[in-house]
Amino acid sequence: MSKCRNGWLAIVLMATATAALAQSTVYQGVGRLATAKEVAAWDIDVRPDFKGLPVGSGSVEKGQEVWEVKCASCHGVFGESNEVFSPLVGGTTADDVKTGRVAALLRPDYPGRTTMMKVATVSTLWDYINRAMPWTAPKSLKPDEVYAVTAYLLNLAYVVPDDFTLSDKNIAEVQQRMPNRNGMQTRHALWPDKAFNGTIKPDTANVACMKDCVPEANVASMLPDYARNAHGNLADQNRLIGQQKGADTARPERKGLAGALGVVTTNAAAKPTAKPADPALALLNKHNCTACHAQDRKVVGPSFNDIAKKYPSKTDYLMGKIKAGGTGLWGTVVMPAQSAPDTDIKTMANWLAMGAAK
Amino acid sequence: MKTQAGILSGRLQKAPENFLDREGIRKVIAESQTGRRTFMRHAFAAAAAGAAAPLALSQGNPVPVEGGDPYILNLPEHATALGQGVATDGYGKPSKFEANVQRRQSPGLTQTTQASVSFAPLQSLFGIVTPSGLHFERHHQGWWDIDPSKHRFMVNGMVKEPKVFTMDEIMRLPSVSRFHFIECGANTAVEWGNVAVPTVQYTHGMISCSEFTGVPLITLLEIAGADLKNAKFILAEGGDGSSMTRTIPMSLITSGEVLVAYGQNGEMLRPENGYPLRLVVPGVQGVSWVKYLRRIEVGDKPYAAKDEAVHYMDLMPDGTHRQYTNIQECKSVVTTPSGGQVLLDQGFYNITGLAWSGRGKVKKVDVSVDGGRNWRQARLETPVLSKALTRFNIDWVWDGQPAIIQSRATDDTGFVQPTYQQLRAARGTRSIYHNNAIQSWLVQQNGEVKNVQVS
Repeated sequence: MSKCRNGWLAIVLMATATAALAQSTVYQGVGRLATAKEVAAWDIDVRPDFKGLPVGSGSVEKGQEVWEVKCASCHGVFGESNEVFSPLVGGTTADDVKTGRVAALLRPDYPGRTTMMKVATVSTLWDYINRAMPWTAPKSLKPDEVYAVTAYLLNLAYVVPDDFTLSDKNIAEVQQRMPNRNGMQTRHALWPDKAFNGTIKPDTANVACMKDCVPEANVASMLPDYARNAHGNLADQNRLIGQQKGADTARPERKGLAGALGVVTTNAAAKPTAKPADPALALLNKHNCTACHAQDRKVVGPSFNDIAKKYPSKTDYLMGKIKAGGTGLWGTVVMPAQSAPDTDIKTMANWLAMGAAK
Repeated sequence: MKTQAGILSGRLQKAPENFLDREGIRKVIAESQTGRRTFMRHAFAAAAAGAAAPLALSQGNPVPVEGGDPYILNLPEHATALGQGVATDGYGKPSKFEANVQRRQSPGLTQTTQASVSFAPLQSLFGIVTPSGLHFERHHQGWWDIDPSKHRFMVNGMVKEPKVFTMDEIMRLPSVSRFHFIECGANTAVEWGNVAVPTVQYTHGMISCSEFTGVPLITLLEIAGADLKNAKFILAEGGDGSSMTRTIPMSLITSGEVLVAYGQNGEMLRPENGYPLRLVVPGVQGVSWVKYLRRIEVGDKPYAAKDEAVHYMDLMPDGTHRQYTNIQECKSVVTTPSGGQVLLDQGFYNITGLAWSGRGKVKKVDVSVDGGRNWRQARLETPVLSKALTRFNIDWVWDGQPAIIQSRATDDTGFVQPTYQQLRAARGTRSIYHNNAIQSWLVQQNGEVKNVQVS
């Protein structure tokens, strides 16, 4: 009897040991070897030492062709536009190309910072254009087109001459001409380990003083009155109940003291439920129309309101324009032809023709 | 009742679409730069002059002339009729009376909605968890709702064997669940030089806190046989249009902190937050928490990806940029009373807010109501967790006089949240990112609270 019990115990112990061993070595059945083809399809990053850069080349001239068709509508013909994104080009000089430091970054009055003023590594441009551009069709450029567009961008910033062809062979030399190549530092406390030059102390060393810490506080900055409602009515952005209410910024600020304001109540009324959004609005998002058009203001293209005003009830005409694209009616920027399904285009065109009501 | 409803619908009328145009923004900046240093004094004088009548402390909840509150005396329908059945809505939603609590865009901040941000309504949240539907959003190239059965995750680079995993496989592995905050490196960015936005939603709303569930990344790297001796960095890459990439510090991975997460607050991640898989990098700015995570590459050199080599860099006064910024330093903000709110009367209030540190736990939070001259220690509510939001509260009796409310957090490394003066002395005013300065809210005598900066 006792023998038998010991035998059971031994089996139980063995089983436990096996389970422990299995857990510490492998997670059996989880994950498989990635094929070379799979890794090649996804491993597209290019490092500053150009590890990962595909073989290829592209000229400034070819880059300009690609740019005007695929990039200019957002970034401007010369990379200068700030209508959709921050400008790419501007603020760098021939002298910066020599020193590797962008002098305009030292000027507090300089109005903005372009990509070319900031970027230190040409690999960053190549990598990002390759993985994420054009904005509405990322990863659609072939490697030679990425070289060409990068060359054009560098040419706009006077880093390479007009007749230049950028390639995997000469890109390391181009790196030595990047206007802000010496403008980076990595010695700071916002990186947690010693990978870059060791850990540094934080920039500030405030002390938790508790009494008579500073003289009288003065207000040095606050919003001007005319910006009161610039973020919409703040009364609609606070819960209806609680120790505070949202300020009714649709009206001028109240004079007088709290508690003597009249209209004080803790009984809140529900905001009427918003009516369901028109399906056209979702389609305008889905097909990226909103990348270039806004409801009530010009972005790259005209506002939906302006289109609705100009073409009342003209659903068929608008369908044709959306499908074919075009230029000249509202400005010089080309609207590309759209390939959305007909039913979607009809819904959107009809919404515009019926007044573009939000 | 009719009159009251009429008054209320007037108060709550819908805001017109009113954007601050470029000229407007320039004016705001110009006005604030011309200096309003004497504002406080003027405001005091004006308010005092306007307040001729002596103030009787009014009762916010008075007894009506009828001798009782009609909401007590007349039983409402919900107390006298049959309510709705179970599963009326298979996925329950907030009360219709909570419709004001929404994440919002800041008008004029971006030109598109696909490369943009929406801010969490911190002024209306309790505790430390952000409801998933109110989590702030930051998209670089639009968001997607990805079929999880088709999503794949790859580990390659300095590994013995590059591996691919399905979601089924990742969800088979031992999981952990942890509360962490995620804060955009550009949170409070618009306030570097001067006050630019009215409410805490827009000043600090690019932060949220959730319970995340997932697998420590180190487990997946070990399965692939990563060369942890020679590897110094990893690259995280998303599967969306921008395929966003960031270099991640190795020490946070070997410590087991970095997670490959699929769960958020008890359910799967929301599509806007990276469904079905995202990286969780505790204490580090949100841009490194790559959404729609498709690949991790193990390497020995940093990658200079766009969002660490062009953006998310701090411009220093000497014209250099700080690259590879990661840690979100200790910071706090009072969420009530805060900008754009109105205190209806003097008397007792509960000042409440949030504190956090990318280096560990919040040790203490002090609150001032006199613009930083005197401070009192606030109560920290449990749980107080490492690299998570911490809720603080403190009693306050408002005497009806102008007050400037501030909070100042200290973390368990001893680091004390800086003033604007200290931060600007070190980094200037053009650095955009990583603004963790002490926030000031001016409570005016009329009860309206304004976003201000003090000198």
